[in-house]
Parts: sequence; structure tokens; C-alpha cells
Amino acid sequence: MTEDIKTTPPASVSPAEKDDNALGRRGFFRWMTVGWIAFSVATGGFFTVIVRFLFPNVLFEPPQTFKAGFPNDYASNFVDTRYKKKFNVWMVRDEESIFALSTVCTHLGCTPNWLGTENKFKCPCHGSGFRMTGINFEGPAPRPLERYKISVATDGQILVDKTKSFKWEKGEWENAESFLKV
Amino acid sequence: MLQTFKDIIDILSAPTVSFTLLTIAFPFVFPPTDWFEKIHRKFGICRLWTKPGFYGGMIAITFFFVVGYFDPNFNITLTKADNFPIILMIYSMFIAIWWSMYQAYQNDDRLENGLKPMEYNDPDDKVLVWPDLVYIEFIALILFMVFLIVWSILVAAPLEEPANPAATPNPSKAPWYFLGLQEMLVYFDPWIAGIIFPIFIIIGMMAIPYMDINKKGDGYYSFKERRIGMFIFMYGWVVLWLFLIVIGTFFRGPNWNFFGPFEYWDAHKVVPLNNVNLSEYIWVKMLGTGMPTNILLREIIGFIVLIGYMGILPIILAKSWLKNYFQEIGPVRYTFLMLFGLSMLSLPIKMYMRWLFNLKYIIAIPEWFFNI
Ligand code: FES
Repeated sequence: MTEDIKTTPPASVSPAEKDDNALGRRGFFRWMTVGWIAFSVATGGFFTVIVRFLFPNVLFEPPQTFKAGFPNDYASNFVDTRYKKKFNVWMVRDEESIFALSTVCTHLGCTPNWLGTENKFKCPCHGSGFRMTGINFEGPAPRPLERYKISVATDGQILVDKTKSFKWEKGEWENAESFLKV
Repeated sequence: MLQTFKDIIDILSAPTVSFTLLTIAFPFVFPPTDWFEKIHRKFGICRLWTKPGFYGGMIAITFFFVVGYFDPNFNITLTKADNFPIILMIYSMFIAIWWSMYQAYQNDDRLENGLKPMEYNDPDDKVLVWPDLVYIEFIALILFMVFLIVWSILVAAPLEEPANPAATPNPSKAPWYFLGLQEMLVYFDPWIAGIIFPIFIIIGMMAIPYMDINKKGDGYYSFKERRIGMFIFMYGWVVLWLFLIVIGTFFRGPNWNFFGPFEYWDAHKVVPLNNVNLSEYIWVKMLGTGMPTNILLREIIGFIVLIGYMGILPIILAKSWLKNYFQEIGPVRYTFLMLFGLSMLSLPIKMYMRWLFNLKYIIAIPEWFFNI
């Protein structure tokens, strides 16, 4: 086992023979240049495509503010899913207020579904559950859904402004802009 | 008869039950100590790694899939194009593990009888990397390409409608090889299950050769030489990764609820859950006071638990139970072994705490995106 191999294995290459048409210095540099240019072009092209790949083909940019009907349109204890698809917002009315809930799960950003019969939002990705108020109560989501700024426009309609959000864990749901008294 | 079988499987495959059973059974299949080994031999579990064991395993897997194919509910998940790789994975993993364990057991026997391991070759009879090995790899590569091309021609890609952030499919599943991760995400914050754990898995696997420094068993299959290492690795690999993929594929239905394989995927299945953070347990339920406003004070118990688990427990172990081991491998190796080992162990621990106590987070500071 400790004995070393003395003979050359049959498949190894025999000692290099003298090459007659060896590459001259100039020829070498010429080929180097061509090679490097080809290499840079290929690499450049590759990275261009990669960078292009970073930008989405479809852009989803709904307007940040929208009108959501009149306050009286909402029955109490009701979740309105009409604005989910277009604006990523649920309009919720509980006993005394109307608020706009973000549809982004606070765990990893999937879009939960409103399950009317069970009275909760349920996320299809890892099973987080939120009550109608947006408070998280099951699954891994660490914090409640966010609420958006809500106000009444001059024509009496509800105006939702998604540029400003209110987080429960920061105590921002007390903020008068985060809900509408009814 | 068949229905009872299906019902039993449904009950057994609930994650609480199946995970517990697997965890209990595991040390008897890959025995880490003499005691387990004795039972392993006594009850003939070792025969799994013989040829009859191979046929038995293959027949059992096939039987399960055949029954599943003719079941209206399981058929839907089983025949989904997305899930085809999982079926392949179950077979190929069984074959690969069986094949290596089979050879390892044979080698162990040979060494016991004073023979050389099967892989042992006469030193004069060397095989060259080029061409011998590279040719084998090349042929394997071509065969695999042919297989992939045939597969992609026969099975249409399971494409869905264009991406829309407002519509998440229900259930929403990651690519199959990430389903283990997705299952971990059920129990952990994205930061931990999505970033820290994957990094730990990769670095931990790279560190294995530096932590296991037993020179015996190098270069040939052997189980005896690294029983504990094999046991730990196989548990992490088979139970905490492959099994979680199987759970994610076949057992997770609408709303990420759990369904047995033969159960109908009812989108309205109600599973009452109410998860509570450790801090709430302490302050609200036990002490009856409100939550303190100071964040660090609020989560102090969680921090104590964490420091105790990751910091103090290894020191205690090094002084008592693992004393000899600690002296053998030295403080640096020991520290890393504990870091990776305890992180790995924290996954089943957290799963059980969720199942038993509805525990959500040990440290919950959503204000800082810091939840453990
Ligand atoms: S993204 Fe909603 S539960 Fe994970």
C-alpha cells in the first residue's frame, strides 16, 4: 500500500515533442488581442442581458390614491374586496369606523384571501391569519396588516391615500387619519 | 379495508404524528450509539440495508403511489406536473441512501473480519481522472440531457396566468426544492428561515470535513466509523429537508392548511389556531400584568431563553455530558459544531412548541423586524 508507483501509467501523455511551427511572439500577441476582445464582448453581452433581466416585463403600478365610494355604501362589519385587485386594498367597516387595509401579508408579502364564513384573512403561503381588523392571530406573520391614510374628499367620497401607512405595532392606528368615524 | 388503510395513513401523516414517529424511529434506523445499535440488530431493522430490504422499500413506495393514483383526491396532487419531481425524488433518495448504506454495512462487516473495504484497490492499479472518470461523467451527462429533453417534450410546462400581485394562488407553493424552506417559514420569521438558516445549511455542510476529523472511513463507505455524524446529518437531510418537501408537496392544501394525502382539499377547512408570543404568555397570562412598554423589558424572557440555549447550554454540555468529546475536538470545532447543531435542532423544537403551546415567537419585536 505504501509502495509508490514507479512506472508511468499507460494513459499519460508522452514527453512533449518539439513543435516546429511554434507561435512567434507577434503572432502570440495578435491572437491574445483577438481572444481578449472576443472574451470582453461575450462577457459584456452576457452582463447586458443579465441586467436587462433585472427589470420586470410587466409593471404593476396602480395609482397611489383612489376614491372608494361613499361612507354610507358600507354595511357595518363588512369587508369590501372590490378594490383588492386594482389597488391592493381592502375596505373594512367595523362597528364604529371605516379603514383601508393593505393586502400585503406582513410575513413575506403574499396576498391573503378574505374568508367571509370564518371571518378572517388567510394567507395561502404559510397560513398566517388576520382578523377583520387586520390583527394577526395565527401563523407566522409577526405583525398586523398595515392601514392606509383615509379621508373624505370634497365630493363626499372616501379618499384612500396609499403613500401613507399606519402600523399597529407603532401605535399608529390611534392616528385620526388611519380611520373614518361613522 | 382499503378505506381503513387510507384513513390510517391520513391520520399518521398529520405533521405532529408523522414528525414524531419519524423522529423516534430515526435513531433505530441510523443507530448513533451502541444501545440503539443493539435494538437495530435485534429487531432486524438492519435488514433494510440488504437486498430484500431494497425490494421491500421499493414495493412499499410503489404500493403507496399506486393506491394514491386510484384515489380521487390523491390523484389530483400526484399527477400534477409540478409534483413529478417529488415522486422521482422519493425513489432516487431511497435508492441512493440504500445503496450507500448497503455498501457501508458490507464494508463494516469486511473490516470486522479483517478484510479490506470493497473500494480498496491495488495501488499499482490506478485509474486516471482523464479519461476514465471524465468519460463516465460525460456519458452520465448525455444520458441525463436525453432524459430531460424527453421529459420536457412529453410533459407540458405547468405555466400559469401572468403574475399578478393581487392574486396569489391558493395554496401558493414554492418550487419543489424550496418547499422545505417554505415549511420552515411557517414556524420562523422570514429573516431566520429565509436567510440565516439557508446560509447556515450551506456553511455547515462545507464545515463537515473540518469538524469530523476521523481519518478512518475515508475513501470508502462505512457506517461504524462515523455513526453520530451520519445520524445527525441524515436526520437533518431526510427528516428536516426531504420530509418537509414531501409535506409541502402532498400534504399542504388551500390556506396552507394540512391535509392527509387521501383527504379532499376543502378550502373552507377550519383549523382553529391562536398563536401567542412568549412575552404575552409571561406578562399577560402568567403574571397578569399588561405588556411592559419598554421593548427590551417586554422580551427579556425570550432573550434569556435564547442566550441560555445558544450560549450557556453548550458550556454546560462541554463540562458534563460532552466532556470527552470537547477535549477531543477542541474549543473552536466544538463552538461551530454547537452553533450549527443547535440551530438545526431549533427547527424541530420550534415546531413542537407551535404544536403544543401555539407559541409564535420566542422574541417578538415587530418594531425592529426582529422575531425569533
Ligand atoms: S407570506 Fe403570508 S404567511 Fe407567509
